[in-house]
Amino acid sequence: MTPTRFSLASRLLHWTMAPLLIAMLLVGTGMVATVSHWRLTLLALHKPLGLALLVLAVLRLLLRLAGRTPPLPPSLPAPLRLAAHASHWLLYACMLAMPLIGWAMLSAGGFPLPLHLPPLGAPDVAPNVARYALLRSMHTLVGELFYLTVIAHILAGLLHALLLRDGVFRAISLGRKP
Amino acid sequence: MTVPPRPGGPAALLRRTLGLRPDAPVLAPLCAIAGAGAVLAAGYAFAAGWLTPQRLTPARVIDGFQADFGQHPGFRRNHAKGICVVGHFDGSGLASAYSSASVFQPLRVPVIGRFAVPGGNPAAPDTGSPVRSLALEFQLPGGEQWRTGMNNTPIFVVNTPKAFYENLLASRPDPATGKPDPARLKAFFDSHPESAPFRAWTKAHPGTSSLLNTAFYSINAFRFVDAHGQTHPVRWSLAPELPAAPLEPSQKADKNALQDDLLRRLAQGPARWHLQIQLAAPGDPEDDATRAWPADRPLVDAGVLTLERAIDQGDGPCRDVNFDPTILPRGIQVSNDPLLAARSGAYSRSYNLRTHEVAALQNNARQGGAQ
Repeated sequence: MTPTRFSLASRLLHWTMAPLLIAMLLVGTGMVATVSHWRLTLLALHKPLGLALLVLAVLRLLLRLAGRTPPLPPSLPAPLRLAAHASHWLLYACMLAMPLIGWAMLSAGGFPLPLHLPPLGAPDVAPNVARYALLRSMHTLVGELFYLTVIAHILAGLLHALLLRDGVFRAISLGRKP
Repeated sequence: MTVPPRPGGPAALLRRTLGLRPDAPVLAPLCAIAGAGAVLAAGYAFAAGWLTPQRLTPARVIDGFQADFGQHPGFRRNHAKGICVVGHFDGSGLASAYSSASVFQPLRVPVIGRFAVPGGNPAAPDTGSPVRSLALEFQLPGGEQWRTGMNNTPIFVVNTPKAFYENLLASRPDPATGKPDPARLKAFFDSHPESAPFRAWTKAHPGTSSLLNTAFYSINAFRFVDAHGQTHPVRWSLAPELPAAPLEPSQKADKNALQDDLLRRLAQGPARWHLQIQLAAPGDPEDDATRAWPADRPLVDAGVLTLERAIDQGDGPCRDVNFDPTILPRGIQVSNDPLLAARSGAYSRSYNLRTHEVAALQNNARQGGAQ
């Protein structure tokens, strides 16, 4: 039998990570756009939270690959179906890429790493300037793509929940009522 | 073929298009969706500073430096002229009563450093400014680092990022003369009385004859955290073992007098400084870089810095290091001095710009070599 909802574990992970990811993207954007004490406060939050979100993202991907995914309703036109699948895999890719890029970027720049992490891809005391520059740009660009995809995802979710009421939102919601 | 208008208006059309029931709510859901989109976009716009154009950002500070000093790709936007040094630090163990940082244990750690001249001009004369700087990166066991950017002045000219930015604006060269307008600078200093101690200090302390007989100061206050979790407000300085001697008039004519002197002297043997930790008394300001703490505050000799070699910054180990003074090991923390976050932000912006430029220059050189 095909399930009509994601597993409870997947749904709990989704709603735990959703506010954290949005906060993380806004924290990252805000901390580089101020010279106030917020820069240091947000930076101190950004790194450990990024690592925590990497762990949660890996867990979530494993659950997604292991579990069965509720199908989209047949009423959904083919282009939207494609957009739905593509945007979900894009979100997974961004969730994994952002912390890994950040980690590799700090390693390439020779910066000390939080929580005694080993350097990722480059030694942490001899900066690799070309690699740092590339990863620093990617961290911004992928972050912006991530935020745009999150906006599209939220608006599509609200479309399903409020307008279409086709069961797509219920598949991920935590609500008990059918 | 044209579709004739049908009764019911756009809501009915939308219901039909989406296959909804004729009485399905449309307006409220659309408003909610549009509202959510607006909130998410506004959140980003606020975080990025688009809604607050008056907010001082690292980009604005660095743009200010570029406007004052021009474009010099691959170089730091401030303290652009400099020279790399390498050496080591031997902790004495005496400061470990105040900080649990491993650097203060009786052990030797490698150090990368950089002497530099203020301003964004990489061809500036070594002795044109009364200010000189020494930045250090202590490489601690376990991947920890302590980075510090020090000046030869114990106090700073201003005590807020905003005043620093205004100073940058007031220092903008006049297009007619190519030099800052003295009237504008005077107006800035007149309206910033907190700059008086700094100006008095530089007037009373003419430059020394060598970088190796110069003392350097942490500029800002920091906090040491000891093994019991107690915090101690501190400033630190490097006291040279070489006795101070005044700058010779002949040195002022030579643009590279201090760098050449450094290379010559270090070729003959290493130079040493004692790292002295100044402990604050209750009430000493931690958040005001323009005010020194009284001279009778206790000093702790934390160890000896030995510099062994100087290397051109074009390919030296300091080139790609961001000497952000907020990169600290366990046992040292930032104080509430507002300049620290601003220094961190501006250095980071400068680092991101110049690393991209260095990467592009390296890439061009490789392609040029292949042709």
